Amino acid sequence: MADTIAPTTPSQVVAPTQGDVHTEEMLVNMGPQHPSTHGVLRVVLRTDGEMVLESVPHIGYLHRSAEKIGEHVAPYQYVPYTDRMDYLAGMNNNQAFALAVEKLTGLEVPERAKYIRVMFAELNRIASHLVAVGTYGLDMGAFTPFLYCFREREMLLDLFESACGARLTYSYITIGGVTDDLPDSFVDVCNEFLDYFEPKIDDYNNLLSYNHIFVRRTGNVGVISAEDAIRFGLTGPVLRGSGVKFDLRKAKPYENYDRFEFDVPVGEPGGQGDIPRGVVVGDCWSRYYVRVKEMEESVKIIRQCLRDLPEADPKEGICHKKSKTVKLPDDEVYLEIENPRGQLGFYIKGDGSAIPARVKARGPSFCNLCVLEFAGRNCLLADIPAIIGSMDVVMGEVDR
Amino acid sequence: MQSFEEICQVLKTEFGEAIEDTVTEGCRPYAVVSVGRWGDVAKFLRNDPRMRFDLLRCISAIDLLEDDKLACVYELGALSAISATADMSLERELAVRVITDRTDPHIASVAHLWAAADWHEREAFDMMGIVFDGHPNLERILCPEDWVGYPLRKDYKFPLEYHGIPATTEHELTSPKH
Repeated sequence: MADTIAPTTPSQVVAPTQGDVHTEEMLVNMGPQHPSTHGVLRVVLRTDGEMVLESVPHIGYLHRSAEKIGEHVAPYQYVPYTDRMDYLAGMNNNQAFALAVEKLTGLEVPERAKYIRVMFAELNRIASHLVAVGTYGLDMGAFTPFLYCFREREMLLDLFESACGARLTYSYITIGGVTDDLPDSFVDVCNEFLDYFEPKIDDYNNLLSYNHIFVRRTGNVGVISAEDAIRFGLTGPVLRGSGVKFDLRKAKPYENYDRFEFDVPVGEPGGQGDIPRGVVVGDCWSRYYVRVKEMEESVKIIRQCLRDLPEADPKEGICHKKSKTVKLPDDEVYLEIENPRGQLGFYIKGDGSAIPARVKARGPSFCNLCVLEFAGRNCLLADIPAIIGSMDVVMGEVDR
Repeated sequence: MQSFEEICQVLKTEFGEAIEDTVTEGCRPYAVVSVGRWGDVAKFLRNDPRMRFDLLRCISAIDLLEDDKLACVYELGALSAISATADMSLERELAVRVITDRTDPHIASVAHLWAAADWHEREAFDMMGIVFDGHPNLERILCPEDWVGYPLRKDYKFPLEYHGIPATTEHELTSPKH
């Protein structure tokens, strides 16, 4: 209601925080070694007192030529490089690359392997979101939720270890299937974990999500509208936090996601249902809360996987026989999947030999981080860690 | 949902010769757009109500050494109407390849149409040396500013040292590969 607000004098137009502490402009170099930049990200901030007028991200400190390496090794040898990109979601990265190669070469994946892949992708989504939620609490000064999140993540890593022997860089999902079948007790242990884990989400909400200080630090901070989110090519929880209900698992189902029932959480305005007051769609809190909700949805998917898991076909096994000898046709493919951080795409161009002519990874962290320059301006200095944390970037994948 | 052929038909009537080729065999069809008209075609793809490609998903720079060319592959998508309650879908998808010279590669920037293109184009410039005309801040993004050469080109020579830091061991230099 613009006409009900009393007219303001020019001196009142200036934002109070800016007016009170107006000082000289200063360039502050935040990072590359800074605890709240989640890795080696350097942000150059142009500040005026406590206000940040401009923030320019500088990346590349972790560049390891992953794409160049892709042009020198066979696809199955490249799988271990993919889980070192987004090292918090190794399974999902393996899956994206494997799916792209399978589409290019026309390899069929055994039915049981598809279920196992979806299950591990979702388990890894929970593990990744647990890190995101926990460390976001750390950024905002809440230490305890971090310990709880990591306690549960530890159990997930034990599950991964029981299946493939690795706890972080799995290379479990490979071209044409998965490397090993599940251990005998896996279904029971996994069900046990889900029963234990599901009520814990309420604990995180009570400890952190609805915590008044946390809501005040993240609500209505770093707001990105739905139109801007699409313009900047944001994906994943960062896009859905802006109220855009777009998820590739629903929009363009890969593997067998079309068989599972689950919901796609989006950011909602504050004051309704369980959303606290002071929250607006597209702010840091919404992005954070989408991740919490996604963990609940992942639990649903995993329960359905465990229920429907088919027995292995003795003829097919668990992995395609040509997994390691596959030749890439003179053709190209681009395939995206829904990673915990957004859409991870692989562009692969073959030239008829066993080694790809070009491998390009479209990392969700890389694409989401480019909005920082837009979202991190004309805000308080203390908002910058809140905004960066709510993007949940993994620098290993930004720099590749 | 429009098919690839229908989209290409609209583009051909609109731009004629500028749509140099449409490749439909293979696992993902793509159109080849002439580098001179790419700026106009991109604007049409973004703004025309029949096209309305609002998502720029990826730009992949590729080296076509045997043809002595460089190219960029643009992956575009058109979302259904923005909704917070109904699951949205990808209505249309289109892959466009724009081929440019190897010696003096120039492609029109699309960063003013899709903000997402900003970093993708910087990466393509950094890795493949393609100059995007009209880009607001075309600087290296992953490599240091003083890096020499474009690492993802097929004829790239790996440097043996960087600011006095050896990139290879003495052993590798003195003993031939076996």
